[in-house]
Amino acid sequence: MDLILFVIFAVLAVACAVSLVVQKHPIGSALSLIGVMGSLAILYLLLGAEFIAAVQLIVYAGAIMVLFVFVIMLLNTGAETATGRSWPSRLLGIPLITIFLGLLAFILQRMAPSMGMVRFGAFNTGAKEIGRSLFTTYLLPFEVTSVLVLIAILGAIVLARKEID
Amino acid sequence: MNFFLISLLKTAIVAGAFMTTLAYLQWIERKVLAHIQLRLGPYRVGFNGLLQPLADVVKLATKEGFVPSHVNTFFYVLAPFLAVLFALISVCVIPFGPSVEIFGVRTDLGLADINIGVLFVLAISSVGVYGIALGGWASNNKYSLLGGLRSSAQMISYELPMAIALAAPLLLLNDLSLRTIVNEQAGFYLGFIPRWSVFQMPFPQIVSFLIFLVSAFAETNRVPFDLPEAENELVGGFHTEYSSLNFAAFFMAEYANMITVTCMATALFLGGWQPLWPSEFGSDFVPVILLLAGAAMLFYHGVFEPIQGRKWDRVSFPAFGAIFAGLALLFLIPVLKPILVPLFWFIAKTGILLFLFIWVRGTLPRFRYDQLMNFTWKFLFPVAIVNLLVTAFAVALQGQKN
Repeated sequence: MDLILFVIFAVLAVACAVSLVVQKHPIGSALSLIGVMGSLAILYLLLGAEFIAAVQLIVYAGAIMVLFVFVIMLLNTGAETATGRSWPSRLLGIPLITIFLGLLAFILQRMAPSMGMVRFGAFNTGAKEIGRSLFTTYLLPFEVTSVLVLIAILGAIVLARKEID
Repeated sequence: MNFFLISLLKTAIVAGAFMTTLAYLQWIERKVLAHIQLRLGPYRVGFNGLLQPLADVVKLATKEGFVPSHVNTFFYVLAPFLAVLFALISVCVIPFGPSVEIFGVRTDLGLADINIGVLFVLAISSVGVYGIALGGWASNNKYSLLGGLRSSAQMISYELPMAIALAAPLLLLNDLSLRTIVNEQAGFYLGFIPRWSVFQMPFPQIVSFLIFLVSAFAETNRVPFDLPEAENELVGGFHTEYSSLNFAAFFMAEYANMITVTCMATALFLGGWQPLWPSEFGSDFVPVILLLAGAAMLFYHGVFEPIQGRKWDRVSFPAFGAIFAGLALLFLIPVLKPILVPLFWFIAKTGILLFLFIWVRGTLPRFRYDQLMNFTWKFLFPVAIVNLLVTAFAVALQGQKN
């Protein structure tokens, strides 16, 4: 059962990711990205990380992607027209992707036996444990990250202000 | 196997009841609105218009499902599906009653009890905006697009105060599973004040309940926040270009969202199926008394004092009176009592909140768009944060709970 669900949603995630790149229209791409996020959330669920799955849905699919879709709709951008590819990409594209995939396969094959398998439902930490570790062990990184986000918000406001004046 | 059978049965019952409630909620809304505006409301189809929902469904289903030529067909067809899917899915985590024994089988009244129930509902409601936004965009019509844009902006903005308002009672109740949350609210202070979150010490959550309700109005696109479908500005808003069952899907999604949100409010703030006062003081007899009173009133008006010119009332009122009396007797049967009484309390609280939704629709005018945004960002959001901080302080001062 776990395996069947895993295969379904892993395939769905990859298919959505490919569709994200291939789609001509920005809305299509955005929706494919939501599909990727949703499938990832279900993969997290299969691993037993319910909290992370819910957060994945709330933050990425629910907040960030809604904002993306909102902006795309607001600007009302049309479908992209494909321009001719530049000569370096034509020349180097296929060899580079082959080398990259080959390297990836090689490394995975070298490391696979030593890493051990991930078991379904092995990640047994709920919201309580995550919250506790965020406010004890990882307190400093957590706070620093929140300050970083605050700086980003301030930066956005400053940039937006300049254009209005 | 037993588990699967029971789950299947429960799903069938909940789905059936949910769909019926959806259809009749619309009938109730039309009736209540009509009486607020001194009209009769649906009256022709069946006794007092009771078959009106069926007639509406038949009408919508037999209409031509028209797809305009200028739309983006794939997304245009996908949008109503998404809207209905996300509206119907969250009902599966809502607990309707305690665990009971039916024919020797012990089971929870409710479909699934997942340990992140509250977050699940939040997640589903946060992706629920895609149905409306996509529908508005794919229609390729400026009114629809504006409706879709407004709805996404509104739902992003109101999700924040709603989530923060939800966080405050969670601090008191200390769990994310909706069933545990309701169980935590059992019991009474001084023997008669219920320990619901709205009354719970150390800091009663009345403010966050109000914030949650206001945000719920906005999340479900109801008056006074129904900017996405403001008729006088946007024709029909995001569903201008939809007809037939596609339109019905959006309609259904709106009512399903209303039911889900009121169920959430009931479970989180109003103690779910916990009674208003202890059963030693006779709270178990409230449904019996209410139903018998209703039956008596129907008999009186049907037999002795029928309204002029409404001949059917002589037959229909006593018939419904008999049904009410029969229901009242069901609550007195000792075997059914532990199942029906909690269900009654849950349905009564949800029903009162749903009535509030309809009442507000009949009373308040629509907000202007800038008022809507100012209200959430400059008032609701800060108040929600202050409420959360005060609750956190109170809980911290009271000391560790577990």
